[in-house]
Amino acid sequence: MTWTTLQTAMAEQGYIADADLAMAVHLALSLGRPLLLEGAAGVGKTEVARVLSQLRGTELIRLQCYEGLDAAQAIYEWNYQRQLLSIRAASEDGETGRSVEERIFSEDFLLERPLLKAIRRETPPVLLIDEIDRADEEFEAYLLEILSEFQVTIPELGTITAKSRPIVILTANGTRDLSDALRRRCLYAHVSYPERATELAILKARCGEIEAQLAGQIIGFVQALRKEDLEKKPGIAEMLDFAAALMGLGIADLTQDPVVLQASLATLLKTETDRYNITCEIAQRLAGKAA
Amino acid sequence: MSRVTKFAARDPGPAARLVAFMAHLRDNGFRLGVGEAELGLAALTQVEAIDPKTVRHALRAICTGCVEDVDRFDDLFDAFWMNGGRVAKKSIPSQASASDHVHSSRNAAGADRSAGTGAPTTPDSTGEEVAEADGEGKLLASLAQAKMKKDLRDLVRPEDIAEAQKLAQRLGAALQHRRSRRRKLNRRGDRIHFRKVIRQSLSTGGEPLYLAKMRRPDRPLKVVTLCDVSGSMTTYAQVFLAFVAGMMRADPATDAYLFHTRLVRIAEALRDKDALRALGRLSVLADGFGGGSKIGASLMQFAQTYARRFVDGRTVVLILSDGCDTDNPKLLGAALEKLKKRDCKVIWLNPLKGWAGYEPVARGMAQALPHLDLFRPANTLADLAALEQELIRL
Repeated sequence: MTWTTLQTAMAEQGYIADADLAMAVHLALSLGRPLLLEGAAGVGKTEVARVLSQLRGTELIRLQCYEGLDAAQAIYEWNYQRQLLSIRAASEDGETGRSVEERIFSEDFLLERPLLKAIRRETPPVLLIDEIDRADEEFEAYLLEILSEFQVTIPELGTITAKSRPIVILTANGTRDLSDALRRRCLYAHVSYPERATELAILKARCGEIEAQLAGQIIGFVQALRKEDLEKKPGIAEMLDFAAALMGLGIADLTQDPVVLQASLATLLKTETDRYNITCEIAQRLAGKAA
Repeated sequence: MSRVTKFAARDPGPAARLVAFMAHLRDNGFRLGVGEAELGLAALTQVEAIDPKTVRHALRAICTGCVEDVDRFDDLFDAFWMNGGRVAKKSIPSQASASDHVHSSRNAAGADRSAGTGAPTTPDSTGEEVAEADGEGKLLASLAQAKMKKDLRDLVRPEDIAEAQKLAQRLGAALQHRRSRRRKLNRRGDRIHFRKVIRQSLSTGGEPLYLAKMRRPDRPLKVVTLCDVSGSMTTYAQVFLAFVAGMMRADPATDAYLFHTRLVRIAEALRDKDALRALGRLSVLADGFGGGSKIGASLMQFAQTYARRFVDGRTVVLILSDGCDTDNPKLLGAALEKLKKRDCKVIWLNPLKGWAGYEPVARGMAQALPHLDLFRPANTLADLAALEQELIRL
């Protein structure tokens, strides 16, 4: 598969990727390297992983990062309740200490968390490590080992090596600088807000039944809105919500009803200040230009 | 730009050319190693390597690591592969010199640490480059520097340092604790450490007689001090330098820098066992003491170089400055924003704020305010001591 066929295959799944992103995904697949996607919220970073798993027909394993994420939630944990019960049962049956120990520290009592799950699959799954910049440095450091060796060491069980190399996608939206060591292990693609033509294609792919005139207006309006001084710029997901809202309300022309337009801005503007700053007049002006 | 570079006939081949391209990127401040060159070659075997557009996309995915890199990559790629001739440095925009200076100061810092003597010459030369870039500013700046040369030993007495050291120790302790998010085995913990309980219950036939507990341990915070020693700060420098020196001696995990028109790392010099000799070494490093101030540029330099290695989520950056900046105030805002991205706390102690009726009207200060976690007055050791409570709350 070349990178252009990958690009079309992704488009068939409803994901319009630009050349840089398609190439980065292609290289990540063919070289077996993790891919780090960086960009503002709502530009479709997480979506890449979902589309990729559909494309490959494999499972998507997701690890949502947060501050304080530790091994017990990311890699594995022993099932303590079962272990305790099992020890009690064994003592009544008169089982010896050593055999109990072997039994309760076997794989039956192991709870797989996303990272361990990903490396124990027979067919390579897509492993999505979402918002890695929310986790702290310790976790980042731990991830380095897994991403380069694809193995996990459990003291009671020994080292578990990957049966198949998962396709690893990491996403970050720049709340914190990532370490150079992590960046160097990954291929990198910066996902930015799409061009007009790309965004129009996305809208058509996701909302097939939308009329061409309205679609053009929506894209023009959203793209103009992003140029305004906003706290939180509307992403692609917001644009799709906006389109869905307008279609649900049966609007055919953005400029036709200022009140409805102002109300449907709730799908695009997510902070109080932004709602306040984009007044009815500004919205009308932007809509007029987009028409 | 459009034509592909013609390489000389004696050129050893594509592998060498790619390595040369990596070196070219490295010269321009990209952080690339042998691994990337190898990966680049592997990647080119996976794509149509004769199509420049494809190669551009492929190498971009491998060689870049952040948005800034992505923005610069196209120009650097064009300069190397698409200029219809050999590599021409002039087609590389002005970032080249900027990043060179980033590069050299990082090297200087490395040398600084290993040799432990400080490298006053390297920052010196970079400082002059900056001055040269300003055009006619150079002569004025260097004249002022010569006149203002001061011996710090005249300013700071060893007794002060001893006093400041005690104070710094207390403040350091106030800043020390930030609780870890991860629980560890501890006798007075608040949660049960199941793993341990199971292990121990094996020896008592499955009866968990002893409950192991865990709690969130306290983790030390690192303190990084940036002290302004420009002309407008001369009267306060005595207090602040004593404080910085005390801080450095009280806690080995701290780090310190001076800045006026440029940034100098003084951590190694201040750790000298003999307090007076430490100040002597500092005087050498602080050449230009009492001159003008470029807070924005200095902080930006810090954020781009040292901060990458020394500042993380468990760091408090302490800035001692009056905020009177000769630079573009926007630069200061941008520098602090970049610094905050490292997830650290930023405290600004401003001696002028102690004055009655002071408003942070200096334009630089106004730009800085939104990025600060704490903004307080301080111009005597007593003021600094009073900060203890505030720091605990942080």
